[in-house]
Amino acid sequence: MNGDNISRAIETVWRMEAPRLVAGLVRMVRDISLAEELAQEALVGALQSWPKSGVPDNPGAWLMTSAKRCAIDYFRHNAMVARKLPEIAHATPTDASAAPDPEALLDAGSGDDLLNLMFVACHPALSPEAQSALTLRLIGGLSTNEIARAFLVSEATMAQRIVRAKRTLAEAGERFAFPNSAERQARLGSVLGVLYLIFNEGYSATTGQDWMRPQLCEEAMRMGRILAQMVPDQSEVHGLVALMELQASRFAARHGADGTPILLAEQNRARWDRTLIGRGLAGVDRARAESLHPGSYSLQAAIAACHARAALSCGNRLERDCPTLRPIGTNQSRPRY
Amino acid sequence: MRFMIIVKANADSEAGVMPSSEAIARMGVFNEKMIEAGVMLAGDGLHPSSRGARIKSENGKVVVTDGPFSETKELIAGFWMIQTKSYEEALEWCKRIPFDAGMEVELRKAFEASDFVSDSITEEHLAKEQEFRDAQKPISNG
Repeated sequence: MNGDNISRAIETVWRMEAPRLVAGLVRMVRDISLAEELAQEALVGALQSWPKSGVPDNPGAWLMTSAKRCAIDYFRHNAMVARKLPEIAHATPTDASAAPDPEALLDAGSGDDLLNLMFVACHPALSPEAQSALTLRLIGGLSTNEIARAFLVSEATMAQRIVRAKRTLAEAGERFAFPNSAERQARLGSVLGVLYLIFNEGYSATTGQDWMRPQLCEEAMRMGRILAQMVPDQSEVHGLVALMELQASRFAARHGADGTPILLAEQNRARWDRTLIGRGLAGVDRARAESLHPGSYSLQAAIAACHARAALSCGNRLERDCPTLRPIGTNQSRPRY
Repeated sequence: MRFMIIVKANADSEAGVMPSSEAIARMGVFNEKMIEAGVMLAGDGLHPSSRGARIKSENGKVVVTDGPFSETKELIAGFWMIQTKSYEEALEWCKRIPFDAGMEVELRKAFEASDFVSDSITEEHLAKEQEFRDAQKPISNG
């Protein structure tokens, strides 16, 4: 491998690990920007040592250890400054024992770090646009440039949006602590809403636009699957992932060769994606198994599943085959394409 | 983007030798990691080619040849479908596979919807195909 390939491989590993890395660091340092900086420092360290030593067996753990070391340095430096400043000002030095022990803080690991970071990114104090941007940045690991292209705004605008979101969090007094169970349910709803918003942003893209937009659908599904792993008992998470997968299964059939939309009934069902349909149908079943009272995502997924099942046999026998639709009534809008 | 990781067959897989319980456990951990990262879409192991067949059309006639097939290196023993951000990420997952002695995989990119948005399929052709499909009787198991 030449040097270019090695740096690209290292950066890929870092991008794969970055969300968990930042999530762990946010818990320790309680500051998103600082956590991102420390994760970046770990990348710099990897770029320096991996070309010589090779990529370690557990690159995630290596990066975390390296970032922790940077965090400890940072805390020590701050503690030193805190001691020095009063001396300079001829005031009483602060009691050193009152400062938190950085190493103890860093070692108190939590498996819920990534979930908590999702909750932080979807904080109710933030606008939906800011929530989406921050989620894609922190959980999706997308660069500011990629997020900007996906939302059809300039990189400077998106950078501003992210900076402002971080400031809003700081002003809202976000402590980056795991929310209690009552708050958790509300936050989870907000996370699901943001993921679906990101998905729809990508789904509305038409041909010829930047490839980053359809990429949003993939990213939303991927983050949904990660979330489903973390809270497997939440029926609506399975419902949302299934809904996204079933809708995405129609991606190839939604447009004609000239880019004009093709309505659901007229779509070439042979072009629907069978892998996604299979996953989506399994997800609908899973959502049903987790709760007897389906939420809105689970219900919408069940409707999408009826269309998908119709595609697997022939024709559109929606009303006859889908008892699930009965409790919904007639006002519910159906997917048009 | 989506990739298929194709697991090549070898003498053991073709002989129907099941992997050791340690190997299965290691593979389980690897699959779990891919599921946690949200990248794994599907994956399966395949029985030896002795339980399969090859089907082709010769002069308009369908010809079935029962397995096994001898050219082991060209056969496959399993696959994963994964979804990643980049080719590099897919490659990185391949590097993390808990390889058994003699195990080899091949990484291939799957066509995406956008690959098909071309002039090669005309509206007329699509309409015709749809008409044809709609005229088919539903396939029923009963």
